[in-house]
Amino acid sequence: MLKLLKRREGTLVLIILLVLAAVSLRAHGFLRLSNLNDILTDTSILVIVSIGQMMVIITGGADLSVASGIALTGMSVALLNWLVPGIPMPVIVALAVLIGFVLGSINGLLVSAAKIPPIITTLATLGIYRGVVFLESGGQWVSAHKMTEGFRDLPHQAPLGIPNLLLAAVLVTIVSAVFIRLTRTGREIYGAGGNRTAARYVGIPLARIDYLVYAISGVLVGLAGLLWVSRYASAQNDTATGFELQTIAACVIGGVSMLGGSGTIVGVILGALFLGIVNNALPVVGLSPFFQMAIQGFVILAAIIANSVVDRRTQAALLRTRKL
Amino acid sequence: MEGKSMPPLRTGAARALIARWETILVLIFVVVIVFNSFASPYFLNPSNLLDTTFSFVEKGLIALPMTLGIIMGDIDISVAGIIALASLVMGALSTAGAGTGVLVAAGLGTGLAAGLLNGLLATRFGIPMIAVTIGGISLFRGIAYAALGDQAFTKYPDSFAFFGQGYVPGTHIPFELAVFAVCAVLFGLLLHRTTFGRRVFAIGNNATASRFSGVRVQRMRLIVSCVTGLMSGLAGILLTSRIGSTRPNIANGWEMEVITTVVLGGVAITGGRGNIAGVILGIFLLGFLKFGMGLINVPGNVQNIFSGVLLILAILLPGYVAGAQERARLRRTQEA
Repeated sequence: MLKLLKRREGTLVLIILLVLAAVSLRAHGFLRLSNLNDILTDTSILVIVSIGQMMVIITGGADLSVASGIALTGMSVALLNWLVPGIPMPVIVALAVLIGFVLGSINGLLVSAAKIPPIITTLATLGIYRGVVFLESGGQWVSAHKMTEGFRDLPHQAPLGIPNLLLAAVLVTIVSAVFIRLTRTGREIYGAGGNRTAARYVGIPLARIDYLVYAISGVLVGLAGLLWVSRYASAQNDTATGFELQTIAACVIGGVSMLGGSGTIVGVILGALFLGIVNNALPVVGLSPFFQMAIQGFVILAAIIANSVVDRRTQAALLRTRKL
Repeated sequence: MEGKSMPPLRTGAARALIARWETILVLIFVVVIVFNSFASPYFLNPSNLLDTTFSFVEKGLIALPMTLGIIMGDIDISVAGIIALASLVMGALSTAGAGTGVLVAAGLGTGLAAGLLNGLLATRFGIPMIAVTIGGISLFRGIAYAALGDQAFTKYPDSFAFFGQGYVPGTHIPFELAVFAVCAVLFGLLLHRTTFGRRVFAIGNNATASRFSGVRVQRMRLIVSCVTGLMSGLAGILLTSRIGSTRPNIANGWEMEVITTVVLGGVAITGGRGNIAGVILGIFLLGFLKFGMGLINVPGNVQNIFSGVLLILAILLPGYVAGAQERARLRRTQEA
């Protein structure tokens, strides 16, 4: 099992290197350090949200509301920053995380307590959260000149040597990796997504885990919402539309099974990087950015098929060992 | 004993529940109609009333096969993407000078092909339909974006406009409504009067048991997926004809409304239970509700809040009703 997963990550690294090599043949500047740095910062938000998405998918669900959640958190903190410019940034960061937590908790309660299927729950909140963005903004944008300088500079400042945006992604990665690999609750997330009946019999608190993963996804969405609007220096009603599909794509490309039960953070980061490189390479190879969605759809389907073939092989291998 | 007493009890409880649910629907429906007629004095005029159906029967056309899918346990969330793809193909052909007949065939053909792709991926690789169609949304609408960018196709033959804008000759019945009526009857017969329909319910209740009883589960799933694609293509034809243009964001977000309609109509989101009559009621209820919100100038984005809340309530309420009935039944048996 571990070997197979490792192989998936190895294959991904290989594919990413191949894409980088192919693109740099067409455009020599592509491999410059500054451009690679751009790709990393461009991918940071995707990495942050995809890690939350991964935990949800591992339990057998999916969070379709992440893009609307980003827009809602982003619009809320941008409006606050515009109307009350005096609020210090740490408070804004805490508020963004809190708003995200509330949005995620709503999803989590609907799934775990009300037992509504995850995709239906988050499809509904996708519409609801996006509608609330429109309600609170009145259809207006919060543009760069309405934001304070501290707000706009947040993602780019580098108090620890690397920009906050990248720092946030690195911190989220490390904390999540420790959480999901080394803590009991983290391991229970995998257990909850594999065989639910077995999970119940070994005493995994399914309802609590189901709630928890959406709450975590929400917290990360809140953080991402703040980073998104401050980075692009604008909060709009259609901020991040369709971004939920990118996070799901990053997961399935990274080997997270849509059936639940398996997936690694390294895989998800590689999946996000792959998408980031492809998006960054489109203009370089002369394709319009409008190609991004179609390529992503194609890659999602290809990755889902690959995952299902790997799943079947793993199961066949497991069966063979049982015959002893 | 086990063959006789159990099934009637279950279907009896289910029937009572659906009856209750449909009563609730009719009541809400009446409230909506009364509200709308206060919001606009022109609403209850018969010809206006018929014209309001333009805004929702296209979604209703997709809700019909979606009902079969959800009862069977397969939810297709790529339907709006299929509309975009079908509209794109029709727009490209029309710009190249194709006639109305070719456009209709192309719209239906594209829908069928997309549904076939979804169905093959789901059945051949054992991937849940919902996961396949998450990729499908991105791929189908993505192709429309890749081909059109920020452009639009707006050149359609004059005769093509009839499908989405015309009326049944000699009446004031929109052609779209007539198409929907025919399809609704066909789907009602298919689901409730044929072995095919019985198999749909059987798979939704227990796919494994159905397979052991000789139902070709994978083939059934493939057929329903194809029909869903075909009906999405049909909806794409009517919508494109009605608005006379194709943009990549056409029908954006329709999947949520279609699923809401079906669930609102009393179909269990977990599969196995539902009927076409309830769904038709759901289609008109949500349609008139959204029309009423339009009358009092509620913006589309805010209307989505209502659809979303309604979707959640429509799943929660029948569960509570069923739970209450179950508790009442238990009390009765305890007393007896």
